[in-house]
Order: sequence, then structure tokens, then C-alpha cells
Amino acid sequence: MAKSKVTTVEEAIAKYCHDGMSVLLPGFVNVGVSEVLIEGLIAAGIKDISVISNNTSVPHRGIGKLVDAGVIKAITCSHIGNNAVTVQKVVDGEINLTFVPQGSLCEKVRAGGAGIGGVLTPTGLYTPMMDGKQVVEWDEEAGKFKFLEGEIVPDASKKRFILELPLHADVCFVHAWKADKMGNVVYRRTSRNFNEAFATAGDHVIVEAEQIVEIGELDPDEIMTPGFVVDAVVQGRALTEA
Amino acid sequence: MTREEAMQLKGKDLIAYRTARLFQDGDVVNLGIGMPTKCLDYLPDGVDVWVDSENGVVGLTGAPAEGEWTDPNVVDAGGKVSKLRVGGACFDSFRSFGFIRGGHIDCTVLGAYEVDAEGNLANWMIPGKTAAGMGGAMDLVTGSKITVVMTTQTDKAGNPKIVQKTEMPLTGYHCIDYIVTEMGCFAVTPEGLKLWEVAPGVTPEEVQAKTGAKLIIPENVGSMIKDY
Repeated sequence: MAKSKVTTVEEAIAKYCHDGMSVLLPGFVNVGVSEVLIEGLIAAGIKDISVISNNTSVPHRGIGKLVDAGVIKAITCSHIGNNAVTVQKVVDGEINLTFVPQGSLCEKVRAGGAGIGGVLTPTGLYTPMMDGKQVVEWDEEAGKFKFLEGEIVPDASKKRFILELPLHADVCFVHAWKADKMGNVVYRRTSRNFNEAFATAGDHVIVEAEQIVEIGELDPDEIMTPGFVVDAVVQGRALTEA
Repeated sequence: MTREEAMQLKGKDLIAYRTARLFQDGDVVNLGIGMPTKCLDYLPDGVDVWVDSENGVVGLTGAPAEGEWTDPNVVDAGGKVSKLRVGGACFDSFRSFGFIRGGHIDCTVLGAYEVDAEGNLANWMIPGKTAAGMGGAMDLVTGSKITVVMTTQTDKAGNPKIVQKTEMPLTGYHCIDYIVTEMGCFAVTPEGLKLWEVAPGVTPEEVQAKTGAKLIIPENVGSMIKDY
């Protein structure tokens, strides 16, 4: 018998969130962000968190609320340009920032959720994103990759890739359009963005759903994230403005 | 738009007009925020393109009219609400970047701080300043079939944006195929940067004078405005 995972924001936060935790926050600017759970996290006084997200929304909305609250100690993302408050806190040294190219960020998290040891990508070769990372080169004659050591001189004739390592977090907040009570999820339009990949890479996954429906109401073929990766479902609210 | 009307275009409009003539009918194109989206205003007759956005959608058609309702869950790469055409599709971010890196995007158009004669692009980080981040740009320039830079010929201080070899932190190495400015259209070739076309009333010598790279200038340089 399928059990309901529906709970309150307060209970879900109390059960799965703690000071110093790492959290995956999907969303693209203001769309597909779990703003209700973010507000709950702030209300619970959780602090010193490490965030993995694509960006930090716009000032005072979505992830921007966590930035305002001063509870983020580190962030791994691809862009902060939409939020001047984040930029200032990075400049002031309040937030430790790590940039990752957006496609590499997806793949790192996907690998983290899929039990894969890392991914090889050409993205970021010969850019600052190569610094401190391992680079491999395909040796056609030997039929295998070799790791490059020392200074790497750019060479377009060589088939090289950066090794991006997996990312995983303690918790993931997912924003669903519809979820049934056992956590099967359907996303809407571009609010799907990082939610689907990120939902696989949190030790605990909390879903906030605009609509919570009965188990059996969703067609199995329309479910984008299966409920077995979800720990809790809370009532979210619909986006009224992008 | 008639040839006579096109001959009157200046600045960013001229750049957008010419860049749009690199698109083929049916192409999937990814247009950077700002000037690149202007290409859609100048699509040639008979050329219909599908606008891809890195946040997981193809088929965007731009902002709704004043007062027109659209779903706030449909946004472009700048997070701004956009309409979605019939036949459009949404997908998750990791597949979006799979399409981007995997060579499924026909043409990517983006801006530059500097671009060089080898096709190296710098458009995300100015040394000494806090960068906004590269977003999806590094992936886009890595995987698109054709990558085009739209830029003014010089910056506000009058320095050339096209240089022999950029010293700035790169977005991508050897990734640019064409550069379009208000003075000319350039192709990155194994031999060097070739001046392909010039704007009406501009001579190849004038373009060279405002370019920080040695140009290959063919005997008969074409015009940016012609019957396509």
C-alpha cells in the first residue's frame, strides 16, 4: 500500500535540514525554485549552508532570500549576474564562490546521483575552468586515455577533456508543478530545468508542489521524477510572475 | 526588407541583419542575451528558425505583448518570460546541455569582450573584476555546429575588439567561425582571419585600421548587403 509523504514545511525542515548542510537548489533565475522551502529554512534559523545551484535568482526572491538572510557560506553555480546582492557578498568575502560551466554543473550532479565516478567534457578547456582539474588526452595509437601532467599547451589537434567530478548534497529542494502524495513528480515548462537531475543527488529530497494530487492520478508515463527518490512532499505555491 | 532599405541599416541593426543571413531555414539557433536576439527582427523571407534556450526549451518567440497573458513558467536564458510557439518543446537542463555539447544546435550567436584571429573568444571575465559567471556560454561555444560573434568593431574607448591573440581569460579556444561587426564580416580560417565582406561605404583598408589583427583581404571583398 502506497504511503503518503505529505507533511508540513516545518516538519520536513526539522527532520532533514541542519546547520552546515549542503543543499541542491534547482531553478533558473526565478523559475522552478522551491521558494516555500527556502522561506521555511530561513524561519527555522538554519545557517552556514553550502548551496549548489545554477544561479541565485534576482535580489529578494527565491534563492536571493537565502542570500539576504546571510546563511550561505559557500555556493557552487554558473552565474550570479542577476543578483547584485550576491555579487556584493562575494566581493566582501561573505560567500565563498565556485563557478562551474552550466552544462558541467548538470553533468556533475547527474553523475553524483547516478553512481558515476566523473564525466569527461571538452567544455572549459584552456579557460580558467581548467585550473586545478585533471585533463585527459585520447591516445589514438594506444587506444586509451592518458592524464596530462604539468603545463598544458593548447592544441586544437588533440582530443582532450576535463575530468569533472561528481557532486552530491545532504538535501535537495525540488519544485514540482504536480506531485502525488507519494512524491511522483511532474514539472511544468521551463521550471523543470535542474529539478530533474538535482532530485537524484540529494541524500534527502523534499518536494514542494504547486498541486498535490492523489496517488494514481498521475499517468506513469508523465512522471518525470519517481516518488521513490523523494522523502517528503509539502504544499508549494504557483509562480505568478517570472 | 528590400535591398534599398537594408542599405540604410546602421550599427547593431546592420550587424543583426547580416548575422541573420547565416541562418538556414529550419535551423535551431541559440541567441545570447542582448544584441543577438535582434537577429530575429531581420530574418530573411523564407527562413524560419527554432530558438533554443539553455534552460531547457526550443521554440521561444519572445516577450508577450503588453497585457497579454503567457505562462510565467516559460522563460528565456535571461529569466524573462517568453512565448512558446506551437511545436515547441521543453526538456530538463542536463539534456539541454547534451544537445548543446553534442552538436545538435546549428548556430550559436553571442557577444564578445575580445575575439581573436584564431577564433578564441573572451566574453565572461575581466581580470580584476568579479565576474557574473559564464552561465552556459562555455558549453555553447564548445558544441554548436557554427558559432558566431556579433560585436561592434571597437569598444567605447575606440580599441579594436578583434585582436591577433587575446590575453583575456577565455570562454572558448578555437571556437569562433564568423565575426560580424558594423564594418564587416569576417571568417576564421586556418590561414588567418579573412575579411569576407564590408559594410556599404566602408573600404577594406578602413576595416584593417580598426582591427587589431592582420587581415587576409581577398581581391574582391563582398558587400554585407546583397541579394541573398
